[in-house]
Amino acid sequence: MLTTRFNRWNTMNGFRNEVDRLFTDIFGDAPAGALASRVGTFPALNIWEDAEHIRIEAELPGLQLADIEVVVDENDLTIKGSRKAPETEGVSFHRRERGVGTFSRTVRLPVAIDAEKVEATLNSGVLQVTLPKAPEARPRKIEVKAAQ
Amino acid sequence: MSTAMERQTQPTEVTAERTRTRPTYTPAVDIVENQDELLVLADMPGVKAADVDVQFENGTLTIHGHVHERQSNATRFLRREYGVGDYHRTFQVSELVDAEQIAAEYVDGVLKLHLPKVAQAKPRRIAVQGK
Repeated sequence: MLTTRFNRWNTMNGFRNEVDRLFTDIFGDAPAGALASRVGTFPALNIWEDAEHIRIEAELPGLQLADIEVVVDENDLTIKGSRKAPETEGVSFHRRERGVGTFSRTVRLPVAIDAEKVEATLNSGVLQVTLPKAPEARPRKIEVKAAQ
Repeated sequence: MSTAMERQTQPTEVTAERTRTRPTYTPAVDIVENQDELLVLADMPGVKAADVDVQFENGTLTIHGHVHERQSNATRFLRREYGVGDYHRTFQVSELVDAEQIAAEYVDGVLKLHLPKVAQAKPRRIAVQGK
């Protein structure tokens, strides 16, 4: 059952988040220029797991594998890349919503992985990174023997 | 500019309801005009070219992209920051567009639509004759 209780700390945290956001807006490293650097928030990630793998997916339309760098450093996975701006010479923009510039995002992996066997594929702008879990991180089935 | 790169995670409302209820997302677009055409670029990752439906009728351009589920319902997500669903967007195009000549291509998750202007909508330079 879902209950909502008044919690003073939630209110405080809400206020703190507002302040944090304010400061990020002012001091954050996202200038209004074309080559804005976005550290940490882009791309959005979906992460899931099965018994043997951790899988990470990101939507990166308009990029090719050569534009993307996937780096595994111990327990951290970094996805880096950049997207070029469309031609602006002699044209006028009616809409300009598609972001351009460089991005980098790092996530901490929940379990040890086998860095040698990481694979990345890019299909219609969807990047999928497959990270095999290290043998010690895989679930083990324990044989239960009947007592003699 | 770069904030547009963050996809909306909330499904948006579609004017004409579809029979199957699935989340529908608004693709981010650039619409660029030059002398000869309007160029529409729409970010629609994860679509197959055959599942993109583009219609142009009475100055209304409709883009719809059907996305097949990439993960099963049983998937154990550790983090889920974006939703996967269809793309839908409609534009009123005021420029006089030659509907017969509209061309579309889908490359690397981006839909590219060329809407050529009809001859009378192109800027013409009128030569002024002197005596």
